[in-house]
Amino acid sequence: MYFLRRLFYAVPLLLVISALAFALVHLAPGGPFDSDRAPASPEIERNIKAKYHLDEPIWKQYGRWLGDLTHGDFGVSLKYRNFTVNDIIAQGLPVSATLGGLAFCFAMAVGLPVGFLTAARRGQWQDYIGGFFSVLAVCIPNFVLAPLLMLVFAMKIKLFPVALWESPWHMVLPVIALGLYFAGKVSRIFRDSMIAAAQSEFITAARAKGLGETTLLFKHAFRIALLPVVSYSGPMLADLLTGSFIIENFFQIPGIGVSLINSSLNRDYTVVVGLSLLYAILLVGLNLAVDFAYTLLDPRVKYE
Amino acid sequence: MSEQLHQSPGQRAWRRFKKNRPAVFGAWFLILLLAAICLWPVVLKISGSGFAKVHAPDQLSEKQFAPPSAQHWFGTDVHGRDVFSRTLYGAQISLLVGVVGAVVSLIIGVLWGAVAGYIGGRVDSVLMRIVDVLYSLPSVIFVIVLISTLGEMLKESHFIHESPNAAGALRVTLLFVGLGAISWLTMARIIRGQVLSLRSRAFVEASRTLGAGAGRIIFHHIIPNIFGVAITYVTLTMPAIILYESFLSYLGLGVEPPMASWGTLIYEGVSQINPIRIYWWLLVFPSAVLVTTLLALNFLGDGLRDAWDVKSK
Repeated sequence: MYFLRRLFYAVPLLLVISALAFALVHLAPGGPFDSDRAPASPEIERNIKAKYHLDEPIWKQYGRWLGDLTHGDFGVSLKYRNFTVNDIIAQGLPVSATLGGLAFCFAMAVGLPVGFLTAARRGQWQDYIGGFFSVLAVCIPNFVLAPLLMLVFAMKIKLFPVALWESPWHMVLPVIALGLYFAGKVSRIFRDSMIAAAQSEFITAARAKGLGETTLLFKHAFRIALLPVVSYSGPMLADLLTGSFIIENFFQIPGIGVSLINSSLNRDYTVVVGLSLLYAILLVGLNLAVDFAYTLLDPRVKYE
Repeated sequence: MSEQLHQSPGQRAWRRFKKNRPAVFGAWFLILLLAAICLWPVVLKISGSGFAKVHAPDQLSEKQFAPPSAQHWFGTDVHGRDVFSRTLYGAQISLLVGVVGAVVSLIIGVLWGAVAGYIGGRVDSVLMRIVDVLYSLPSVIFVIVLISTLGEMLKESHFIHESPNAAGALRVTLLFVGLGAISWLTMARIIRGQVLSLRSRAFVEASRTLGAGAGRIIFHHIIPNIFGVAITYVTLTMPAIILYESFLSYLGLGVEPPMASWGTLIYEGVSQINPIRIYWWLLVFPSAVLVTTLLALNFLGDGLRDAWDVKSK
């Protein structure tokens, strides 16, 4: 019941978000036809604008766009007029989502064990080394990591292909370059929450009853300590699935991360608004999923 | 033990901070970096024209792509400029962007969060729903729209035609403020949480009983008490803003040549990557300085947080 109501509240939130995105891109100076090759005569420009209803007041344009959206139509790209926004999403989203999904798995597969180890060996050398590498992972931006990985593993040692998106072999470097930051984040969050969980009263109670340290950490503390990581995964997945401009641009991967930036630079109104709405839907949906996962992980959490 | 009881919260935080070795390392690194940034131009000036000619950040020379040597510690770039000088020169812009942006985000975030948390009720829910909405939009849209709008406004004003130098400075300032203006959301949420817990504390109630108004309570009781938390998050916001500026420079929206930031330097290094000849120093040195600075800021931020955290005594 609670989740149905949340789902119901998400609709006005998404409406406000789409309206804001719509207003923002339309208010920015310049338009989608500015960089077309031939400087069009005023009449031609007026005709093109009329064709895409850009001459109407903005609230009317928004109404029209909303109307189209009700049958799942995001509109036509104003820059690449042979493509609809639905085409761009259909082509780019699977690629970006694959890359992002793999990066998510990488972040979890590296971050959780490191976080667990550093928490279990708190104050010992494993903690310092693991902790240092976790901070380092957070501090190396992907526009530094991606070229370094490419220089070393694709150019010096020809282990992986330099760029493109064809075989699983092509995915290794981009996934690491994208996921390492999040691995560091997950490890740091998980370490702190493991330490907090291990000090909580129900763990002390279980220990007093004679439960072994291993069962205590793996079975009881682990489950509760996972909660902060779960809440972080909502926004993290929304970010990862909608693609990263730097990684996609650098490795020549045809995803929607590149489309979002390019369309914002080109004032390709429909594409910007469509992709922003896609991101917002993912974010709202994933946050809902996070809250639902809470009820499964922590029996104390109940939503009215 | 009794001695510790007489310490003020600030003194206790300072004692705890001094014991945190990574945090102290971070603070020292930042101090040394600042000193190097300030002293390097002086060194260039007093060491005579020969040295300055080789090392000045804008000095072009015939020695293109020279690898690191005793003369050029970080090598030279495509125009034969000294990369060490350019990295220090870029540090000015990058650190300034971080500081100004973080201060702007601090001011907006603290005011927003303090008002929402203190007044509460409907005002609180409206303010925090706005934060929710802003969170759900890709921030890059704001930046691009903001920067292009401001850029356009600048182009139209005749101020620019009178002095191009001032225009460049103004553009960079707008970039600084713009980056701060999109980075305050997390700060607002954290501050609101702090204020919510503070406003029901006894000393605030006492002040209210004595007839203090909302403004006085916010500025005299609430804000001084959230100072530690706010400073901590400033040091953790700075890396994010420095990285954002680098990203914008990568898109060509950030700092414009001949000015340089770490972002533009790294981007120059990246654009020189080719399979035939690898000019690794163009990428590695500016990146290493950037990463070390971010590490130092993170260590410093974590250290400050632990030092101010009352629970972790």
